Amino acid sequence: MSIEQSDHSTELTEHPATFPNPGLPPHRPRLGDEDPKAAKRSERLVLLLFTVSVLASIAAIVGYFAIPVDPETGSVGNTRLSTLIIGLGLGLGMLGIGTAAIHWAKSLMNDHDKVEERHEIAGDAETRSTAIEMFNDGAKDTDIARRPLIKGALGGALALAPLPFLVPLIGNLGGDWDISRFKRTAWAPAANGDRIYLATDPTNRRIKASDVTIGSLFHVMPWNLPEHPNYLDEKAKAVVLLVRVDPQDLKETEERASWSYDGIVAYSKICTHVGCPVALYERETHHLLCPCHQSTFDVTDEAKVVFGPAGRALPQLPIDVDENGYLVAQRDFDEPVGPSFWERER
Amino acid sequence: MTTDLAPGPKVDPKIAATADFLDTRLGISKMFKGLGRKLFPDHWSFLLGEIALYSFIVLILSGTFLVFFFVPSMNEIHYPHDALPVTMQGQPMSEAFASTLNLSFHVRGGLFMRQLHHWSALIFVGAMVIHMLRILFTGAFRKPRELNYLIGFLMLITSLLAGLTGYSLPDDVLSGNGLRITDGVVRSIPIIGSYMSFMVFGGEFPGMDVIPRMYALHILFIPGLILALVAVHLFLVFWHKHTQYPGPGRTDKNVVGFPLFPIYVAKAGGFFFIVFGILGLMGATMSINNVWNYGPFDPALVGAGAQPDWYMLFLEGSLRLMPGWEVVIGGFTLSLNVLIPAVVIPGLLFTILGAYPFIHNLVTKDTGEHHVLDRPRNAPTRTAIIVAVLSAFFVLLGAGANDLIATHFSLSLNAITWAFRILFFVLPVVAFVVTKRVCFGLQRKDRELVLHGHETGRVVRFASGEYAEVHQPLDEFERWVLVGQDLPKPLEIEPAEDVNGVRRPGHTKELRRQNLSRFFYEERVEPVTPAELAAAHATGAHDALPASAGRDVHELEARSH
Ligand code: HEM
Ligand code: FES
Repeated sequence: MSIEQSDHSTELTEHPATFPNPGLPPHRPRLGDEDPKAAKRSERLVLLLFTVSVLASIAAIVGYFAIPVDPETGSVGNTRLSTLIIGLGLGLGMLGIGTAAIHWAKSLMNDHDKVEERHEIAGDAETRSTAIEMFNDGAKDTDIARRPLIKGALGGALALAPLPFLVPLIGNLGGDWDISRFKRTAWAPAANGDRIYLATDPTNRRIKASDVTIGSLFHVMPWNLPEHPNYLDEKAKAVVLLVRVDPQDLKETEERASWSYDGIVAYSKICTHVGCPVALYERETHHLLCPCHQSTFDVTDEAKVVFGPAGRALPQLPIDVDENGYLVAQRDFDEPVGPSFWERER
Repeated sequence: MTTDLAPGPKVDPKIAATADFLDTRLGISKMFKGLGRKLFPDHWSFLLGEIALYSFIVLILSGTFLVFFFVPSMNEIHYPHDALPVTMQGQPMSEAFASTLNLSFHVRGGLFMRQLHHWSALIFVGAMVIHMLRILFTGAFRKPRELNYLIGFLMLITSLLAGLTGYSLPDDVLSGNGLRITDGVVRSIPIIGSYMSFMVFGGEFPGMDVIPRMYALHILFIPGLILALVAVHLFLVFWHKHTQYPGPGRTDKNVVGFPLFPIYVAKAGGFFFIVFGILGLMGATMSINNVWNYGPFDPALVGAGAQPDWYMLFLEGSLRLMPGWEVVIGGFTLSLNVLIPAVVIPGLLFTILGAYPFIHNLVTKDTGEHHVLDRPRNAPTRTAIIVAVLSAFFVLLGAGANDLIATHFSLSLNAITWAFRILFFVLPVVAFVVTKRVCFGLQRKDRELVLHGHETGRVVRFASGEYAEVHQPLDEFERWVLVGQDLPKPLEIEPAEDVNGVRRPGHTKELRRQNLSRFFYEERVEPVTPAELAAAHATGAHDALPASAGRDVHELEARSH
C-alpha cells in the first residue's frame, strides 16, 4: 500500500484490491422444472405450434392449385391472392416450426449452464518448436537456400501466369474501347449533310416551331432514332429538352444568339452530374430540375447550374427551322453531354 | 457388424446401425466427441449474425427459384397482348423486364419469391451491419479475432455488390437509373474512368451486355464468394470459441454456455425457421419493387422521389451534399463533385472500418487475448468513436432523403442541404462528446448501484424523525458484472532522455503513441473496489434495516443528497 493511503491502511489490508469472481450463480428453476403441470402445458404448446405449421403448409399448397394466374383466366387480383396465400402458408409453416423448437428448448430441455476451459489460440512452446523444425526440414529438402535462382524464376513465372487469363478477359470486356464515342451524338448531320429533325419522344413526330407555345416543355429525340441499331445507347446521349420562353427573358451570349429560335431553346436532358434525365420543369422560375440529386439549371441563362452538385451547365443544342417550319439541329452539340470524364476537354 | 458400438453406454438400437455406418466411414464419433457438447454462450445480440446467415440461406433458396424463370437478356421484345398487367401490353422492353413481369404475374408464387428475395436482401445487409456494430461496441474484434473481423467486413462489401447487381437485373426505370449513376461515378475516376465505364457496359451505357454480366456476378460469382467467406467465418467462430458477456463465473479462460447438442441446435435451428417465417410473412404481405409501376428502362425517363435500397442511400446522400466542384488540370477533367462523395469518402470510411482492429492494436498496444466482452460503457472512447461515425452515416442517409424531407415539411431544399452539410461535420463531434459523457455517467451509476444497492421504495423513519429509503445491497453475482471490468491504463513510456541525459531514439514516436493511448484511456471511472464498498457500508449504509436505526442520522443525511 502506498504512503498517501497509510491513514487507511488498517482498513485496506483487510480487503483485496479487486473483487474476486464469485463463480457461477445457482441455477434458477423454471416453472416446468418443479410443476409437472406447467411442463405438460409447455409440451402441449409445442405440439400446437407444430400443428399450426402443418396446417399452414397445406394451405399454401391448396392455394397454389386453387388460384389460376395464367393469361387466360388470371387477373391481377388472383396474382395478389396467390402471392398472399402461398407466402402466408410458407411463412407460418416456418414460424410454427421455429417457435415450437425454441419453446421446447427453453422450457423443457435441460438449461443448466455448463463451463468449458479455453485454451490459448497459439500453440504451446513444444508445438511451436516442432512445427518450426518440420518447416525447416521441409525447406532443407527443397534446397532452395542454395539455389536462389530457382526462387526468382518461380516468382517470375507465378507473376506472369495469370496474365494469359486476365489480358483476354479485360481486353474483351470493353468492346472496341472507342471512348471518343462519348463525344458524339445522333444529332451530328448525316453523311450526306442532311440536318437532323427534332422529334417528340416517344411518339417520333417532327415538331413545328409554331407548335411550341411559351412555357411548354417538349421531350425530344432525333427524328427516327428508334431505327438506329444502337437505339438505347444513342438515346442515352441524344435526348433533349425543348422549351420556349419569352425572348426578352433569354440571357444569351453573343456567340449563342443564333443557337435558339425565337425564344425556343434546346438543352441536353442528360444531367451533367452523374447522368440522370433532367425531367422536371418549373414554368414560373424557368428552372430544370434533376430528380436524382436536385441539380437545378436555369433555362433562360444557358442552363447554368443554380443549385445542386452538378458542376457544369447542360450542353445546348443549336437549333434552326427548315423552310416548312420544322425544328432542326444545326449540328451536334459543341461539347460532350452527360457526366464528366477524364478526357472530356481533350 | 454389430449394433453394440462400444462396451460402455448403450445407444438406441434404432440409430445404432446408422451411427455405426457413418462412424466406420467418416469417423463421426470422433467429430461428435469433439463438437457435440461444445458450449455456446447465449445472448440476444449473438442472434444478429444468425439473422444475417439465415437471410443469406433464404436468398439462395428464393434466388434459385427466380433463376429458373428470369431471362437475363437486353434484347428488345414487345410485351404480349394477353399477358398481365394491362398497362404493359404491347410496350417495347427488354426480355429481362418482360421475364420479371412474367415472374410476377404468371408464375404461381413468383411474385412472392421476388418479394421474399428482395426483403431478405434488405434484412440480410441490415442484420450484417447491426451485427458488425455489436462486434465493434463490445470489443469482440480484439485479439485473437481480428482476422475474422476482416472476413466479416469483406462479406459486407461483397453483399453490397450483391445488392447492387441484383437491383439492376429487372431492367426497370429505377434499376436503369441506378446503373446510369454507377456509370457517372465510374467515369469520374481519374485516368482510367472512361475505360472502366466501357469495361462495365461493354461499350457505352447502357449497351446490351450489362445485365448478362451483372447476372453472372449476381448468381454465381458473388454468392460463391460470400459462401466461401461464410464458411471460413463460421469455422473461425468455432475455432476461437464464442466470446461471452461479462458475468459471474465467466473469465477469459473459460466458456460458459449451453451445449451444441441439443440446446444450441434446437435454438439456432428453431431460429432459422423463425427468420425464414418472418421473411416469408414480409414477402407475402409487403409489396416491394413493383416494377410494372415504373415501366421498362428508357434513358429518357426517371421516377421522381425514387429511392435506392437503403444500403445505397448513404451514397445518394453524399452525392447530394457535395457542392458542384469540377476542375480541369492540364486539359484533363477532374469531377471532384462526384469523386469525393462517391469514391473518396466511402473509400476512406470503409478502409477505417475494415482496419479498425489493427488501428486499435497499434494505438493501445493491447496484446492479450480477449474472450470476455466489454460493456460499451466501459470503453467510452471507442463507443464514442463508433457513435460519431454512425451519426455521420445517418446524416448522409437523411441527405439521401432530402427531397422527401423538403416536401414533407415544406422546407427549402437549399436550407436543408446546407443544414446537412454543416451537420455532417458538427454532429460527429457532438455525438462523440455526448456519448463519452453518457458512458462515464453510466459507469458512475454502476458505482452508485454497487455502493448503495437497489432502491426498494421502502421508507423508514428514524427515532429522530428523519426519513430514509431502505436500499437492498447487490448480491455478489449481480455485483460482479459491475465491478469485474479490468480497464486498460494509458501507455507509460520511458522519459525522453536516459539516465545519462542522452536522447533515446524513437522517443517522439512513442510520445505520439502515448498521446493516442491517453486519448483512449486517460479519462476513466474506476470500478468500485472492495475497500470502497466496505467503507460505504461502514458509513451508514442505506441497506440498514430499521433495527440499526440507532446509527448517527447526520451521516445518513449527508449521504442522501
Ligand atoms: C448474396 C446475396 C444476394 C443479394 C443481396 C441479392 C439481392 C437481390 C436484389 C435486391 C434483387 C432485385 C429483386 C427485385 O426484383 O425486386 C435481386 C434479383 C435477383 N436475384 Fe438476388 N441477391 C442475392 C443472392 C442471389 C442468389 C444466390 C441468386 C441465385 C442463385 C439470386 C438470383 C437473383 C435473380 C435471378 C434476380 C432477378 C429476378 C427479378 O428481379 O425478378 N440472387 N437480388
Ligand atoms: S444526376 Fe442530376 S443531380 Fe445527380
